[in-house]
Amino acid sequence: MFAFIIRRLAILPVVLLALTLVIVGLLQFLTPAERAVAYVTNEQQLRNLDKIIRDKGLDQPFLVQYWSWLKEAVRGNLGFSKASNKPVTETIAERFPATLELTLYALVPILGFGVWLGTLAGLNKNKWIDQFARVFAVITYNIPTFVLGILLLVVFYGALGIAPGPGLISSETQVELLINPVPRVTGLLSIDALLARNWPVFWDVLHHLLLPVITLATISTATLIKVTRGAMLEVLSQDYVRTARAKGLPDRVVNLKHARRNGLIPVATLGGYTVIGLLQGAIITESIFGLPGIGSWGVDAAGKFDVPGLLGFALLAGVIVVVASLLVDVLYALIDPRVRFD
Amino acid sequence: MAAVQGTSPAAPAAQSRFWNSRAMRRFRRNRLAVFGLFLVLLFILVAAFAPLLAPPPKVGNNCLRDLGASETRQVYNVFGGVFWKALLAPPQSCYMTARVNFQAQPSPPLKPVQSDVGEVRPLMGTSNGYDIWYGLVWGTRTAFMLSLSVVFLQLLIGVVLGAISGYFGGWVDNLIQRVIDIIFAFPSLVLIIVITSLLGKSLSNVILAFVVVGWAGYARLLRAEVLKVRSLEFVDGAKAIGATDWRIIFRHVLPNALTALTAVVVLDLGSVPLAAAALSFLGIGLPPGYADWGQIVSAARAWIQGPPGQPLAYWYVSFFPAMTIILFGLGWNLLGDALRDALDPRET
Repeated sequence: MFAFIIRRLAILPVVLLALTLVIVGLLQFLTPAERAVAYVTNEQQLRNLDKIIRDKGLDQPFLVQYWSWLKEAVRGNLGFSKASNKPVTETIAERFPATLELTLYALVPILGFGVWLGTLAGLNKNKWIDQFARVFAVITYNIPTFVLGILLLVVFYGALGIAPGPGLISSETQVELLINPVPRVTGLLSIDALLARNWPVFWDVLHHLLLPVITLATISTATLIKVTRGAMLEVLSQDYVRTARAKGLPDRVVNLKHARRNGLIPVATLGGYTVIGLLQGAIITESIFGLPGIGSWGVDAAGKFDVPGLLGFALLAGVIVVVASLLVDVLYALIDPRVRFD
Repeated sequence: MAAVQGTSPAAPAAQSRFWNSRAMRRFRRNRLAVFGLFLVLLFILVAAFAPLLAPPPKVGNNCLRDLGASETRQVYNVFGGVFWKALLAPPQSCYMTARVNFQAQPSPPLKPVQSDVGEVRPLMGTSNGYDIWYGLVWGTRTAFMLSLSVVFLQLLIGVVLGAISGYFGGWVDNLIQRVIDIIFAFPSLVLIIVITSLLGKSLSNVILAFVVVGWAGYARLLRAEVLKVRSLEFVDGAKAIGATDWRIIFRHVLPNALTALTAVVVLDLGSVPLAAAALSFLGIGLPPGYADWGQIVSAARAWIQGPPGQPLAYWYVSFFPAMTIILFGLGWNLLGDALRDALDPRET
């Protein structure tokens, strides 16, 4: 297993190298002056584009430019992000916890509600709960994240007024935090507030995260309902389940101990896809709800032609996906003894 | 349905065999599938007849001028050249959403609005001054242009590279598969955001970005199929009688391997426009003002709250675009899922 993990991690630098090579390569389609605009932050600099081109070596051959970027990158200097007005590494450190917070909370309905409803549907094939689960999954699966976010905001914030508007905290809490800051332990504001027993801040963050979490979780939840249901149906038709029933075990034990444990195995294979899906969903969700995470920063960087920011954003996305799918695969092998590392 | 009409007594035997094949019978029995097909056909009709459903206005965009017409009603004259030009080869300016006025404030459906040529009544209201109906109808055309070109190019690259990879194996296979690994290691949305934002906002750049990311899935799927088919006896037979590699690939292996791609292609035809709409929603996809669904939804972000006392005053700016997008996705998904089930040899 150790060798497997090492081999999977070894692909990471290759992947990142290839990606950054492609991005820097794409930049070569632009003229040096166009590329220099990426570094412009005020009007004064706009008049001195030649100086920027010379300073940053933008008229150098492609590989020379890539090499100079790479040399800095391995030292931990990813450049300065125009979108966040801060160095890229600092921006990532500051904003990643918010993305992690949103994604972790989204796992609660995905794993809880999705698996629960999928199991119920599989156990009660063609009964009303099954029909409900299937219709629910088909409908929610087909609402794109950005449409769902807008619709939820229109209904719960605009029309009913029970949900807060965009942002991670309300303006009162923001003022409150300036006077009386919550000590930063994990970086996840809700967890930090919980640790500091600062209940008003804790509830405010949860309240603000409710709609984003629903928005982000919906498509993955629908997928999980479908997959769990299918897996349960498959497992329930197997001989060992019939044997368990025949020897008189109570239904509860057969369904939850014998059937569902094995029914969850195909769900685990979805892990990698779920990570990618959640990351993509987080980009859109954060933009809609104005959450200060990685996704909204990446979109901002794209809109402002912030090349160092985009490179950092893409690098981070690659690292997250490779590491997270590795974790999922290891987990998968741990729960299913039939899986071998090779 | 079209399926039923196809089986007239005069229909050639091959056609009747197709409609009565096991897969088609299974497909027809599935009511959801038929509903999906209905939705998809509806959207195809809307896209095809966009110039008639949302005719170019006198002011708002340059469509009418570029068509060489002076009056909107010329578009409906079947005997005039304008009709055919609008239907078959509309100029680019027709794809710019007609702008009724420059008022940010939305105006409700069918309510008279003052524009430069007097009063107009936009069917679905306006959002940021843009005619929502025009944007949605021509946006359907944009969606199909996008999905058809993206899927066609992905198929072309994916099938060629997948077939080479699967048939020849060796270092070529290894190289192609490692490239695919790298593409798969990134969330496609991130790659697409990076590519389109670096290359600039245009339809062709969005198509390019989707193809760069999307061919890998097709190639991987086709390679697996080719590996399966390649080991069957008839391929050995063809080799034994001296067929060349290319002949075996194109005449024997590919036709038998392509079925596996059918359902994926149909699902992609539905999902590519939605992903592109998400991109435009984020402000990265198509140029501003281009008729596409994402931008119309994006314009709705400013009007989530109504004026005090009328919380749902601006319902139409988000409702109509949202319904269009959801129904489009639903149609293709029902169709694609049903096709996958119908073509699945394991199902009875």
